[in-house]
Amino acid sequence: MQASTNLISTTDFLLHLADNALIMGHRNSEWCGHGPVLEQDIAISNIALDCIGQARNFYQYAARLMGEGHTEDSLAYLRDERAFRNCLICELPNGDWAQTVLRLYFFSTYQYFLFQQLQHNSDAELAGIAAKSLKEVTYHLRWSSEWVIRLGDGTEESRQRILQALDALWPYTGELYTPVAYESVGEADMASIQTAWLDHVKAVLEEATLSMPDMGWMQQGGKTGIHTEHLGYILAEMQFLQRAYPGAEW
Amino acid sequence: MTIVPATYYNASEQKIWSLLETVCDPEVPVLTVLDLGIVRAVSVDESSTPVAVTITITPTYSGCPAMDVIAMSIRMVLLPEGFPNIDIKQVLSPAWTTDWMSEAGRQKLMAYGIAPPNPRQSVCTPDRFQEEEAIQCPQCHSWHTTMVSQFGSTACKALYKCEDCKEPFDYFKCH
Ligand SMILES: [Zn+2]
Repeated sequence: MQASTNLISTTDFLLHLADNALIMGHRNSEWCGHGPVLEQDIAISNIALDCIGQARNFYQYAARLMGEGHTEDSLAYLRDERAFRNCLICELPNGDWAQTVLRLYFFSTYQYFLFQQLQHNSDAELAGIAAKSLKEVTYHLRWSSEWVIRLGDGTEESRQRILQALDALWPYTGELYTPVAYESVGEADMASIQTAWLDHVKAVLEEATLSMPDMGWMQQGGKTGIHTEHLGYILAEMQFLQRAYPGAEW
Repeated sequence: MTIVPATYYNASEQKIWSLLETVCDPEVPVLTVLDLGIVRAVSVDESSTPVAVTITITPTYSGCPAMDVIAMSIRMVLLPEGFPNIDIKQVLSPAWTTDWMSEAGRQKLMAYGIAPPNPRQSVCTPDRFQEEEAIQCPQCHSWHTTMVSQFGSTACKALYKCEDCKEPFDYFKCH
């Protein structure tokens, strides 16, 4: 009984990590071919690819633990909205470039401090995925933080846009570092992740000549399957082919 | 960190190592999988018929789309050489690093027009607006170059331009 409860928590946690990466990857990939300049289009498409690669690693491991014919594809393409455990901030629409890079910055900062701890997890497989991902996340964190500063300390228009993005995204940041039950599998000190996240964000916002918002009320729910209306649209697009033509390959 | 076929490998294993020297990365076709340092182990169980081959590879980046193609290429090279029973395993730990790229691989990259990873490993840190690494232009060998973007045509490359010959070029970035 104890063992099966642990297994459920472990797969829940792996699916949470996988869903975060998949939905972030999907959102970032929407910029492919639409970036403001070619080099930045390539950058965000590369980041999307990293995220989807991380999602695949987490899904593959979860599928092995779950057995019963699950695969990385069935977990990504055949689960319904309420089964997804990604944080709400991942599924929000891209908005403009400011909102996209600010969201990526908030998310990468969280991943950076989380994976630093997960790479020492007692589960060697989970630790290995985290250590691998951390190297990539470091690039994402650096790139996105530079963009936040460039926009905040840029022109009047870029500043207005990043301020609007900050207003829109801030209530979704608390969920990142507020743990739910299955996150105990990570063996991470979430309080220290919260502190590190807030310190990092404060420093970057200061460098961007922006002030740190008040903490205020934070949205929750994505980690336990209660999503915004946006996730359904993402899944409809992402899952349509496998739903319409089960098992299709190309 | 390149794994050199050693004498303690059995004959089949030695043959497979030498066949792997002909399997190239689809995105950087001058590099073999051994140059890249992504083959971690080869083992052959000669007690089963046909002999059971296990090859362990590791991705350069989590999302590297070349991995599936590389696994297929390995099968296609080994199959006609009498190895139909192949299991290709992927491991993530320890995580791949550009330190595992062979010296021959670095020279082939330079000749191909891609600047090889700096010999002094300088891994990305989250520090903002870092001073860029000095990278030598693979065309005219000038050190007077500028980074255009940390992200290039594939996950493993950054984009640079040469201020002397004015050519843009890829840099196989340290990782
Ligand atoms: Zn040059």
